Amino acid sequence: MSTVDEAAEERFSINPARVGLYLTLGGLLVFFLAPIETGVVTSLKTPDAVGTTSPLVPSVEGFTLDNYATAVSELLPGMVNSLLYAVPATILSALFGSFAAYGLTLTDWRGQIGVLLLFVAGIFIPYQAVLVPLTRLFSVLGLSTLGIWGLLGIDNAYAGIVELIITHTAYGIPICAILFRSYYKGMSEEMLESARLDGATVRRAYRRIVFPLSTPMFAVVLIYQFTQIWNDLLFALVLVQAESSAAAPVTLILAGLGASQSGTIFGLRMAGAFVAALPTLAVYVLFGEEFAKGVAT
Amino acid sequence: MATFSEVRELLKRVARTDDGDTTSDSETATDAGSATGDEVATDGGTTRSDGSATTDEPRIDGSEVATDGGEVKTDGGVQQSDGGLRATLEDRVGEDFLESAPFWLPPVLLVGLFVYGAVLWNAVISLTDYEGFDDPDYFDLDFDMYVQALTSSQVIDAGVNTLVLMVGFTVVALVFGLLIAVVVDRNIRFENTFRTIYLLPMSLSFVVTAQFWLWMYDYDGVLNNSLGLLGLGPFEFIGNQQIVLASVVFALVWQFSGYTMVVYLAALRAIPTEHFEAARVDGASVVKMYWRVIVPQLKSATVSASVVLMVFSLKAFDFLFALVGGYRPPNGADILATKMVREAFQNQNWAYGSAIAILLFLMALSVIGPYLYYEYTNDNL
Repeated sequence: MSTVDEAAEERFSINPARVGLYLTLGGLLVFFLAPIETGVVTSLKTPDAVGTTSPLVPSVEGFTLDNYATAVSELLPGMVNSLLYAVPATILSALFGSFAAYGLTLTDWRGQIGVLLLFVAGIFIPYQAVLVPLTRLFSVLGLSTLGIWGLLGIDNAYAGIVELIITHTAYGIPICAILFRSYYKGMSEEMLESARLDGATVRRAYRRIVFPLSTPMFAVVLIYQFTQIWNDLLFALVLVQAESSAAAPVTLILAGLGASQSGTIFGLRMAGAFVAALPTLAVYVLFGEEFAKGVAT
Repeated sequence: MATFSEVRELLKRVARTDDGDTTSDSETATDAGSATGDEVATDGGTTRSDGSATTDEPRIDGSEVATDGGEVKTDGGVQQSDGGLRATLEDRVGEDFLESAPFWLPPVLLVGLFVYGAVLWNAVISLTDYEGFDDPDYFDLDFDMYVQALTSSQVIDAGVNTLVLMVGFTVVALVFGLLIAVVVDRNIRFENTFRTIYLLPMSLSFVVTAQFWLWMYDYDGVLNNSLGLLGLGPFEFIGNQQIVLASVVFALVWQFSGYTMVVYLAALRAIPTEHFEAARVDGASVVKMYWRVIVPQLKSATVSASVVLMVFSLKAFDFLFALVGGYRPPNGADILATKMVREAFQNQNWAYGSAIAILLFLMALSVIGPYLYYEYTNDNL
């Protein structure tokens, strides 16, 4: 906006406009952090203290870790289940997305734009429009009736995990493909072209050139996709259904945690919310830049 | 698969008629030869099953480009059409079409089946009377479910709520996000920290943020406590059906304005510095400068952000479900997404739910369709 000197001067000088600016920024911080702050404070209070003290102020005599103990014991199996499908589905959808973006961007054939249009539209389709066929499809496939569950001695409810892997992979492909495409479009075409002229096949060019160069974008896509899949409730709800199921993901249990407990135990709910959000919060704190990139594209 | 082999046959026939062209065109022949060995071998296999080809195994390998092209001419007949098939196909569609198929075809098939196949299947189910635990009867199709849905006051209300939520949330989140972006863009210290915190809610699940806001909106929660200091309230933010939708919009804006901020920030940074300078030299006030010079340049960012926000609002199901921990959202906050899931998965009215889903889908399409057209005509895809 101005030269470097002016900028430096502007940064360190004190004038009313700058003060107003930082007050606004501070006000925004309060706005964005207040729900989280009251959540932290409340999760550390006994039910009595929740009723008697201010929601934004910690309470010393009403301090307890019981909420977290309960929340962890209730949610831990769900977190394991969520990981069981979120990790494979994240990796698969990222790989398929990269393949698709490569085959639709860095190779030469007509009709790529048409296919891409279908992919972009696929990102935006409300999932309600596919839910009934999806459950029909899986009930016809009957994954839970396969003998393999009995052979392995695993609860056949875990068929729901397999279904969730397939589902999240399929519905994750469009967004992953578009993210990779925006990256591949900026990639140097000369390098690829010279490789192809040297006789490298499409497959070889991907393995030797495109895939290694995709590492930064894989970070973005994997982080974005993991957050999306971990946070999802809808597919878990219609495919696993019961929060009492052995395969119930963490979001399903958390949504039920409120309903099964008496509605007033906010301390437990807040603790549960933080426990369930822990992996995505960790990912966000560690890889905030990549997350922002995934969001912005 | 049936259609695929049909296409193949068709292409073969086309290739035969084009024989003269392809054989004389040495470059196309080279292209055909340089393709991977296994694919060519498959082609050889199918030709042999026609009964007309002979044992020319080494040549089909395709490793020796020059001899391949050469021998095609002398051999004539079937081999010619085989090389011609590839050549013609690649001539028509592009040289990498078949070779890159292993990359794009599996994802395209998955998306085709799970997204587009499922939407079509859903449309068919919506025409049946499918309910309960029976199987759908695909031979008795009519529009009964749509008549029932469009005459139901519940569905109409849910539709209106969906629209209000969609428009209200999108507009407020856009304006608020733009304001934050403008503030953050003013050469501030600790910019990364501010940005990271503003974007934080976006990384949280709807299920998690619903818990936070349930507590924020509670009788003993932060909002009623703060308003109480001003001598206002207490309000039933969730319980009062006049304001529950506004409460939901407010919570969603909290979660997503960080997203609009990031989008607008990127767009603001892309505007050349001279534009800011020019406005400043003209003596325009800051507000005027942004309004006249900067805002018009944010059009494409606004378009893509609004589409994403609208779609998120159509997906607000997770938030509403988690808010009450059940299929029935608070009175006054029922949207088509929650109504659809409730009818289908709680009441087992599968066909009815599917019909509502199609209505929702059409609403989404009326947003996505123009957007895709806009992006396509602007060459942004």
